Amino acid sequence: MATNLSKSEKSDSGARQQDEGHPRLSLVDKIPRNTGTEFHPEWIEDIRINLSAVERRIASLGARRSVKKEWQAAWLLKAISCIDLTSLAGDDTPGRIRRLCAKARNPVRTDVLSQLGAEDLGLTTGAVCVYHEMIETAVAALAGSGVPVAAVSTGFPAGLSPMETRLREIELSVAAGADEIDIVISRRKVLNSQWRDLYDEVKAFRAACGPARLKTILATGELGSIDNIAKASMVCLMAGADFIKTSTGMEAQNATLPISLVMVRMIREYLEMTGQKVGFKPAGGVRTAKQAINYLVLMKEELGNEWLDPQLFRFGASGLLGDIERQLEHNATGRYAAINHQPMA
Amino acid sequence: MTDVNELFQTMDYGPAPEQSDYVHAWLEQNKTGFGLFIDGEWTGPKTSTETIETRNPASGDLLGNITAAGADDIDAAVAAAKNAFPAWSSSAGHIRAKYLYALARAVQKNSRFLAVLETLDNGKPIRESRDIDVPLVARHFYHHAGWAQLLDQEFPDQEALGVVGQIVPWNFPILMMAWKIAPAIAAGNCVVIKPAEYTSLSALYFAELCQEVGLPPGVVNIVTGAGATGEHIVNHPDVAKIVFTGSTPVGKKIRAQTAGTGKKLTLELGGKSPFIVFEDADLDSAVEGLVDAIWFNQGQVCCAGSRLLVQESVAEKLIKKVQRRLENFRVGDPLDKTVDMGAIVDPIQRDRIETLVNQGVSEGASLWQPALKLPEAGCFYPPTLLTNVETSNVVAREEVFGPVLTTMTFRTSNEAIALSNNTRFGLAASIWSENINRALEVAAQIKAGVVWVNCTNQFDAACGFGGYRESGFGREGGKEGMYEYLRPSSKKFEADNIVANPVPAEVKRNKAVVSGIDQTAKHYIGGKQVRADNGLSNTVLDAAGYSAGKVADGSRKDIRDAVEAASKAGGWASATAHTRAQILYFIAENLNSRATEFQQRLVSLTGMSKRASRVEFEAALSRLFSYAAWADKFDGSVHTPPSRSVALAVHEPIGVMGIVCPDINPLLSFISLLAPAIAMGNRVVVVPSQRYPLLATDFYQVLETSDVPGGVVNLVTGDRESLSKTLAEHMQVDSMWYHGTADGSKTVEEASAANLKRTWVSYGKARDWLSTSQGEGRHFLRESCQVKNIWLPYGDESSGANAGY
Repeated sequence: MATNLSKSEKSDSGARQQDEGHPRLSLVDKIPRNTGTEFHPEWIEDIRINLSAVERRIASLGARRSVKKEWQAAWLLKAISCIDLTSLAGDDTPGRIRRLCAKARNPVRTDVLSQLGAEDLGLTTGAVCVYHEMIETAVAALAGSGVPVAAVSTGFPAGLSPMETRLREIELSVAAGADEIDIVISRRKVLNSQWRDLYDEVKAFRAACGPARLKTILATGELGSIDNIAKASMVCLMAGADFIKTSTGMEAQNATLPISLVMVRMIREYLEMTGQKVGFKPAGGVRTAKQAINYLVLMKEELGNEWLDPQLFRFGASGLLGDIERQLEHNATGRYAAINHQPMA
Repeated sequence: MTDVNELFQTMDYGPAPEQSDYVHAWLEQNKTGFGLFIDGEWTGPKTSTETIETRNPASGDLLGNITAAGADDIDAAVAAAKNAFPAWSSSAGHIRAKYLYALARAVQKNSRFLAVLETLDNGKPIRESRDIDVPLVARHFYHHAGWAQLLDQEFPDQEALGVVGQIVPWNFPILMMAWKIAPAIAAGNCVVIKPAEYTSLSALYFAELCQEVGLPPGVVNIVTGAGATGEHIVNHPDVAKIVFTGSTPVGKKIRAQTAGTGKKLTLELGGKSPFIVFEDADLDSAVEGLVDAIWFNQGQVCCAGSRLLVQESVAEKLIKKVQRRLENFRVGDPLDKTVDMGAIVDPIQRDRIETLVNQGVSEGASLWQPALKLPEAGCFYPPTLLTNVETSNVVAREEVFGPVLTTMTFRTSNEAIALSNNTRFGLAASIWSENINRALEVAAQIKAGVVWVNCTNQFDAACGFGGYRESGFGREGGKEGMYEYLRPSSKKFEADNIVANPVPAEVKRNKAVVSGIDQTAKHYIGGKQVRADNGLSNTVLDAAGYSAGKVADGSRKDIRDAVEAASKAGGWASATAHTRAQILYFIAENLNSRATEFQQRLVSLTGMSKRASRVEFEAALSRLFSYAAWADKFDGSVHTPPSRSVALAVHEPIGVMGIVCPDINPLLSFISLLAPAIAMGNRVVVVPSQRYPLLATDFYQVLETSDVPGGVVNLVTGDRESLSKTLAEHMQVDSMWYHGTADGSKTVEEASAANLKRTWVSYGKARDWLSTSQGEGRHFLRESCQVKNIWLPYGDESSGANAGY
């Protein structure tokens, strides 16, 4: 299972070849990429979402499932393996990003891991997520770890730069070594129901990505209605997204469980229609271990265990890891933990 | 220690048991057996030596022994309640409000204990008892603390009934107990309540809470036992009202047993509620709706959405989604926080479910159950899907009261409505469509007391709950529920004054025909004058003993034809209230144009003075105006449950009503009964005063000239008692008003048990029809309506201000 992400497609991937025998988690291409489909307007027209019912499902889901003790530890470790450890700040510097990457390589204190009996998992985060200018630093800092680098792109977060520069930005980021590209969609096309235009846009982004995985950020907080969120999800799926992602983290409303449920159900619908598996990434607003478990429960219940894997599920988060670390320490020692005992990202 | 590395791969849930040691400690304290809670004290049975074992259905473990109270214990409990009633009912509303508030707080402070105890005793998942049942209990006491506080202002002409006997079922033991006790004591009644013998423990714990808050002794008495104990309560002469939640057969028995006693009844009975999914529904959400509908509380829910009706175009897709969902289902230890479904309450119930499912399969249904591992010990039944179920299949008609869903397809809204209503029940319905026009149109046409649009099994203290048809009558919750525990406090009715003027002792031979053509008044059925089926007629005597004319002698077949005509006049129910008002005004106008004739008729038939006849006639005109006025004003209300939804409490007509009129004030009483019924959209079969039928037969000429659609008002003259019995027995009649003798009242109530039609009888007492307090008003309108609560959740915007709701 020890192979590199996108091994055959990338020219510069040699730097991040893994050590043989190191138990990598699941950063392997076991999931074929989404090839997308033709544009099917009827797949959009048929969508019906009832927000209140969705919210009731979420309210009950959190209470229907619970994980305790060793199970909880395993689930929290799983959550870490799915984090896109993120820094998207105007004041990011190479030093800052190197610290982030070090944390991605070793997200949990080794003493805690060994007390949990999890020191051999080879735990890392799912990826590191940065702006274009930080890609090179991140790639270098993560060399040999197998942790992919994701870059936000296409005029993130608003996505209102010229199409030409948005496409060029993707190409430059891929050339700089990004394994994954997190694009933002044009919200105006959703708000004005220009589904075909949106499809063309995302398809163009997909082409520009080449071997890099395409994550499409919907900015759900700006789409106006729950139906629009579902429809935009379906358009991105048809256009070949490898992940659909809720938010940039910059909208007033970021990832929520009800919105996630709607997006996840679109992934399931797409799977049923095309047989293709697509990942999901909630971003922004996921801050606590409890929330993370709820998201994993959501994935398990709606899509199955296969989606409890960084290949098909990611958290876009920066503060989440710290809370999970404390929970793990508590789980390992029985004592509540202090935040300053956890190495900061 | 389980290997974390392995769990990291399998990502199983693992066990998550709820702690229950403190509840077991309480059970241990009571292991010598539970007593009865009477007059604020714990007491042993007076003479009964029988006890009943209560067990945890998930394990079979014995939890305790409860007392089977005997008749003497019920006597003591009723006496305690009766004794407490004067002080409790006359205490200020604010005082009662404080006690109800204290009970709400006590429930909240002991909520986890109650939830765990309930799960141990009943087998329902801890998630449900913790997140649904117990919070609703607290909510019920809070809400009704408010009604106690506002009673004088909101129910100014109403008073409490006295001792109320209440019998609750085993499916929601503590919740149903709260639904019963809270409104009863808020209104000032005192109660004797019996929990179900399978699940008495939470009620017994609640008794401790009553002591803790210092509830005055006798206000709440809690007695345990099985059916025999319940019968003692039902038959006790000092009980003013029986409130029962349970099976339809037992409900019918209670109706028959209490017939003629004057006991008020609220019956909340069985159901076979449709769950309708249109092709434009959010199908994934509908699947979760089904989980909440039929796999909630193991399907042991009276309002369970047990009949899936799905539009043919999406049927296959939906069924696949349901199956996928059930493959993930978790059935097991109800105290585990990760189970979807717990244990069936008792092996007897489990066997009943199995028998019905087997019978359904033998009648052609296809069985599908997910490949789940059920616990080896305990009483469990898997979630079950039955497809290829036709309307004649037993599982489509009988209440299974278990986790069993039947499915049928439909093509159009009309077919969905027809299939929905093709049942003897009418408790609830769930409608799934993203088209609000469609959803509300269907909601309006379904015969059920509760309709959930894009949701299911939503409950709240502010919203009335209760059924149509054989699902019972009366409402629990909301203002409509409070009326069930009150009665008009106006001047008491006079005794046995049925006939204003007796039939003359001496029948005189009329002189030679004075003028005109001989006339025999016919029945008036379906808008036409119809001869009596038997071809017979009766002579009507005037006050002096002379023949005033002949009327048709009505028989069973005339009633049959009249009910048939009324059934077919369903358009009246959907006519606008404005239209019904116009027609009532028109009736008044046309009646007025014949004022002299009607007044002369009153004088000659009854011997009343001219002045009295004028008074009665004017009162009748005024009454028609009153109900023309009310037609578009007796509105329902909009309840606001604590969720982002509204519940429309709509006043709907009951359907086909039989109305039997008294002899006193024969014109006015006839109008006073007819007008509210048709104002609210009912179609009526009226048996006019037996003594003075000519006033009614004269009246059909008024009806004919007033644009009253045929079949809305049908008049059958003849023998009051035999005609009312036939009407009360008729399965197509939905409600009976009877103003006659005490014996006749009893007969009507007894006969009504067959289809649980609503009844309103006089018990041989007469009203003062001339007074506005007794002769007209809201009470008549409430008897003309049933309340349907339509739940409408709303919301679509996913972000911004609304998202924080």
